[in-house]
Amino acid sequence: MRIFDPHIHMTSRTTDDYEAMYAAGVRAVTEPAFWLGQPRSSAASFYDYFDSLLGWERFRAAQFGIRHHCTIALNPKEANDPRCAEVLDALPRYLAKDGVVAVGEVGFDSMTDDEEKAFVRQLDLAGEHDLPVLVHTPHRDKVEGTRRTLELVAASGLPPERVLVDHLNEVTVDLVADSSCWLGFSIYPDTKMDEHRMVRILADHGLDRMIVNSAADWGRSDPLKTAKTGQAMRDAGFDEDDVDRVLWRNPVAFYGQSRRLLLDPIDSDQTATFEGNSVLRGQRPA
Amino acid sequence: MTRLDDLLDTEGRARLGELTGEVTANPARIAVLFPAVARTVGRGPADPDDPDGMVTPRIEDQARVALVCAAAQGWDRDALVAEIGALYRHGDADEKRAVLRALDHLDVGDAALDLVGDALRGNDTRHIAAALGPYAARHLDAHTWRHGVLKCLFTGVPLAAVSGIAERSGIGERRDAELARMVEAFAAERRAAGRDVPADATWLLDQLAPQRPDLDGAVVPDQQRVRP
Repeated sequence: MRIFDPHIHMTSRTTDDYEAMYAAGVRAVTEPAFWLGQPRSSAASFYDYFDSLLGWERFRAAQFGIRHHCTIALNPKEANDPRCAEVLDALPRYLAKDGVVAVGEVGFDSMTDDEEKAFVRQLDLAGEHDLPVLVHTPHRDKVEGTRRTLELVAASGLPPERVLVDHLNEVTVDLVADSSCWLGFSIYPDTKMDEHRMVRILADHGLDRMIVNSAADWGRSDPLKTAKTGQAMRDAGFDEDDVDRVLWRNPVAFYGQSRRLLLDPIDSDQTATFEGNSVLRGQRPA
Repeated sequence: MTRLDDLLDTEGRARLGELTGEVTANPARIAVLFPAVARTVGRGPADPDDPDGMVTPRIEDQARVALVCAAAQGWDRDALVAEIGALYRHGDADEKRAVLRALDHLDVGDAALDLVGDALRGNDTRHIAAALGPYAARHLDAHTWRHGVLKCLFTGVPLAAVSGIAERSGIGERRDAELARMVEAFAAERRAAGRDVPADATWLLDQLAPQRPDLDGAVVPDQQRVRP
């Protein structure tokens, strides 16, 4: 099973996770820019975060044989904080970089005017930079947030096949399926969506434009949920080609629209350094 | 150094021409064109024996320098200092390296020394090498420059990457006794730890020695020595 996890926050994860992911078949990831679990207090904090997504984390993933890409954006939650608003002016510099494969995560958290303004501005930036968009749908008032998201996407003039609407479930899947956007599902350990419900959705709706991710971060989450969904698909009678389509070919087709994916295998060298930092922290491989 | 034109293929040359034309017409465009240079124009070592571009800047570094020089024509000095500062601050490791390489070609006086200082504080050997180019040789104060040379010895940056090493350390002229003391202390520490002294340190100490035997074994005063 080869796996592309299209949404995982690796800066919050350990090297044990990277090893377990590689063993489970993960060969590439996309790490969307999001918040840190606590509020940032300035734009500069974003710049350091973007630098780490583009530099250190990409290097760290490569040490474990995993290709790392990222998406860059002002996230919905912090779009409400005036101290962070100037990030929007600096985004074009980051959207031009190698390794940035989409604008994201953008969208709604609490459905405020500031969130909508930042969302619309960043949909425009995606058009200007010829990048796809990863959209976060809110945990609260999800149906209304998803409906408004699709209205704004339609109004932006972006082709729907350039937009991935994420964190869907049984109550939002039909809305997005009808829009021609890509459909993203985050599989969590207990709440929101699990791999068995995911398999039922795949059985009901087919595999077209379907994308599955772990969305693992600093909270209770599981970076192997992509692999576990693949296993649940097999158990339910899907064949290997179906699993490969959902866990590899679909996310590659979506992010491949950026023309910046790097998917050739890595000859990982754990002694290499990035800006003088080795992932081995002074150890030497046995 | 091989000319950039000779390092690029036809498509890369044409693309670089378009990009420099675009930033000449509208210098602010460099903010989004500079990061994309490697994938649009070309990338790779200019010297196959120097894959990291420690001594000879890589193809993408040279192309980015060309872009900065084109944009610089449209800015006064204050704007130029601000803009290269932003390119550096928001640059990834490759872009930062190219900004450091560009400094020698820009009329910024000592106003960009903070970028050199940032690079020398870090541990990216490619940045350290790029920071110690001709711009640093001209503008860096003696203390910082000596510590830059010492950092090269510590981190394995070849001294061939340090522009003006002979002139600034006073090889063959008035020797830099303080640099000699620092390098000797470094070498002594390595010997005490049972570790090898890097060949570059030995070479530099030899060059900085107050006097040394000539080929016939006679002692030659340092002012009569020949530069390497």
